[in-house]
This record gives sequence, structure tokens and C-alpha cells, in this order.
Amino acid sequence: MLGGIVGPLVLVAAAVLVPAAIARVVRPLLRAVVLLALPIGISVVVINLLFFPAGQQVLFRIGPVTATAEGLVFALEVVARLVAISGAISLFYLTTTAGDLTIDLERRGVAPRLAFVASASVQTVPAMVDRAAAITAAQRARGLDTEGGIGARLRGIVPIVGPVILGALGEVEKRTMALEARGFSRPGRRTLLWHPADSSAQRVARWLMVLAIPAFIAARAAGWLA
Amino acid sequence: MLTVQGFSYRHAGATRPSLMDLDFVLGDGEVVGVVGANDSGKTTLCLVLAGLAPRIVGGTLTGRFSIDGADAQALRMHELPALVGIGFDDPATQLSGVAATVFEEVAFGPANMGVPRDELIARTAGALESLAISHLAERDPARLSGGQQQLVAIASILALRPRHVVLDEPTAQLDPSGTALVGDALERLAGQGVSILVVEHKTDLLARVANRVVALDGGRVVLEGPARDVLGDAALVDLGVAPPSEVRLRRAFVAAGLDPARLEAARA
Repeated sequence: MLGGIVGPLVLVAAAVLVPAAIARVVRPLLRAVVLLALPIGISVVVINLLFFPAGQQVLFRIGPVTATAEGLVFALEVVARLVAISGAISLFYLTTTAGDLTIDLERRGVAPRLAFVASASVQTVPAMVDRAAAITAAQRARGLDTEGGIGARLRGIVPIVGPVILGALGEVEKRTMALEARGFSRPGRRTLLWHPADSSAQRVARWLMVLAIPAFIAARAAGWLA
Repeated sequence: MLTVQGFSYRHAGATRPSLMDLDFVLGDGEVVGVVGANDSGKTTLCLVLAGLAPRIVGGTLTGRFSIDGADAQALRMHELPALVGIGFDDPATQLSGVAATVFEEVAFGPANMGVPRDELIARTAGALESLAISHLAERDPARLSGGQQQLVAIASILALRPRHVVLDEPTAQLDPSGTALVGDALERLAGQGVSILVVEHKTDLLARVANRVVALDGGRVVLEGPARDVLGDAALVDLGVAPPSEVRLRRAFVAAGLDPARLEAARA
């Protein structure tokens, strides 16, 4: 009955937790996974536990609503997959700098423009967080209530999100000019300043993960991970 | 040499040109200062000379503009950084957004131009050293102060080793020591034969480094000549430009009925 949970959890243990332990980022990883998966996880559990249409085995009743074991198992399967996805994404962001990503992608033949987009998107998150913090402080100085009740906080979102997005869009032209002025559109290969370390163990681990994909698909097709 | 003849530029959608009927030459090794009030066309001039307008920002350019004898309009965008380097007043928007360290940030331009690795490292280290910011090499550029970012942005231009440099208020966020470092770097570049056009509100810096000064008003050149003459022109104040401290002091001497020659004597 718990087969759909075991697969993602084994995957998380082998492909996320072990590398995270080696990289010594288990604690920030768990914090990030909780932040990413918890809000959706709670709603998934509540909805499926109480409203799973094929539920037969009753766990408890609250008025007209019935919680079923099938709903709980399905919800846990979804949560396990959420944890696997958010864990993999968090591990990537915690262990890969933008520079490493750009250089490694280019080293593997990816066009510099694509490598830049991938890398800049990694860098954009902290920049947007900084911008949002600055705008929040500025709006607070003008009397915006960001620490009151839920209603006040919701009303405060628009005066903060608007300038964050508009400011970021306004910077696009300046950023484009700055990049063009530094030869970004020049065709041909860039000079790579350094090569990221890539040990034999890392290469073996990567290949094992790649080989694990068809293995999991085959195991699933064979009914071993049903 | 940058040459501009009968040169006008209108931003896309604008009702009037931002630059009108400009004629000037920026010779090799020459430093030309540009002054003027806000909206006088200084930044637009920088964008056009660096080839970014109209290529990137749109608009309409008329007249002749050549870089070292070649028609600038015929050059492709990626050919320009090796010829004309440009620095903006807001250093934060000049960061590549992909460099984890200042060293990588400064190396970004020449790396794009395919400069061989050993030379790339030498150029980057040299550019950092010339602005006395080698100690920032390992820092995250996004976490620097505005002034430090401005020096990094200028170092990024120097590392490209362009034949011409256009700087739009390069010291806007710098303290006096940072401004002096930029002045040193400009003098050194000019000594190497690089032509420099620098837009500045700090006329003291222009008094120190510029050979000539151009004053813009409403997109037109209204004053042009040797730096000492233009910066000492009484009309400069009417254009919204504060004269250098030396000029203001001399005028204060005259207003107080003192002989300004005593200033020269005191300096000697």
C-alpha cells in the first residue's frame, strides 16, 4: 500500500540526502524543503484525507466529512514526490554557484547565451529578495503597515510587489546595454577563467543517477515500485 | 579618433532630438569633459558614442560618426567593446549578474572577447591594481558598496583595453579618494593614447584631467574649448554647472576686493 511512498523517499535518501551530507548542507536543505513543500503538502493532505473520492477505509468522521486511509496514502505519495522534487531543487541551489553553472555548461558546449540565462536566473533570486527588502523598508517609512493583521499585510502586498516587478523590468534595458558593452553578443567561444573541480567520484555518482532513471522506470513498469 | 559631424539623435517616440548638430573630434590620448544640466543630452551622447544608441535603445541617428576612420554605423555590436568602452552612472546595473567574485566580474568582458586565458588573468589583475581594488578580488560584487561597485565597473572597462573610453558620471558614488583614483586611472589611460570622453558634475576632476570641455544645453554644444577656459566661463553657472573650487575661490577673491594673483603666489 505504501509502494508509492517508498520510491520517492529512497530516491530522496540516495540522490539528495547523501550528497547533501557530503556537501554539509543537510540543515539548510531541510529548512528549504520544509519551506517549499509544507504549504502545498498541508493542503494536499487535508484535501485528499477528507475528500478522496475512492476512499473506503474510514479513519474518522468530522460531521459530514469522512477521512479515509486511501486518501491519506495518496496524499503521502504526493507529499513524498513533492519532497523529492523540492529536495533536488534545493540541493542544486545550495551546492551550485552561478559561476560554476555557467562555466560547466559552456565547457559542455552549451551556447554562452543559454548558459547565462540559466546562471542569471540563479542570481536573480537573491537580487529580487534584496530589492523587495529595500522597497518594503521604503514603503514602511511612508506609513505602510506590514506587521499588522492579515488584512493589513495583504493590502501591503501590492505597494511592494508592484515596484519590485516594475523596477526589475526597468533595469532590463540598462542590463542589456551593460552586457552588450562587454562583448556579450560576440559570436564564438568565450575564454573560461577556470574549470570547476570534477572528481572521478562525482562523475561516477552522476552516471549512477542517470542510469537509475531507466532502472526506476523499468522497476515501476515491472510492478516492483507500484 | 572619434569624429562626429552634423550629428543629431532622437529617442524613439520623442518629440524633439536629444542631440542636435554636434561637431567634434575626440583625438587619441585626449580627455574631453562634458558638462551640462540634467536632460541636456550628456547620457544620450555617451550611449551614441558607445554604439548602444540606436542599436539597443532605438531612435534615429543622422549625421556622420566614425571610429578610427571607420563608419561607426557599419560596425557590428560585438565589434564595438574592443573599440569603445562605456561606463554608466549606476554601477549596480553594470554588473554581469553571473560573477561570484569581483575578479570574475572584471574578467567577464575580455573573456567574452575571447582573450587568451593568461592574458585575461593579467589584464584583470592589472585593471584591479590600477584602481587599488585588488583586495576586493575575492568579494561578491553584488555585496559591495556603491562606490566599490563603481570602481569595479570602471576596472571592467579598463580590462577590455578599448582604444576609446566613454564614462557617464564615473565618480557619482565615489568619495574623494575614490574620485582621485579614477582621476589617476584616466590620466594613465590618456598617457597610453586612449581617448576619453567623461561626463562629470565634479568639475574639479575635469579641471585636473580634461584637455577640453564641452558644455551641452538642450542637446546642443553651447561652450567648447580648453578646459581652463570653459570651466572658468561665467556662463557655466547659468547652465546649471558648478565651476571648479579653484574658479569659485578666485571669484570669491575678486568679490572681496583681493588680488587673485595672490592665490597663484600662495600655491607656488
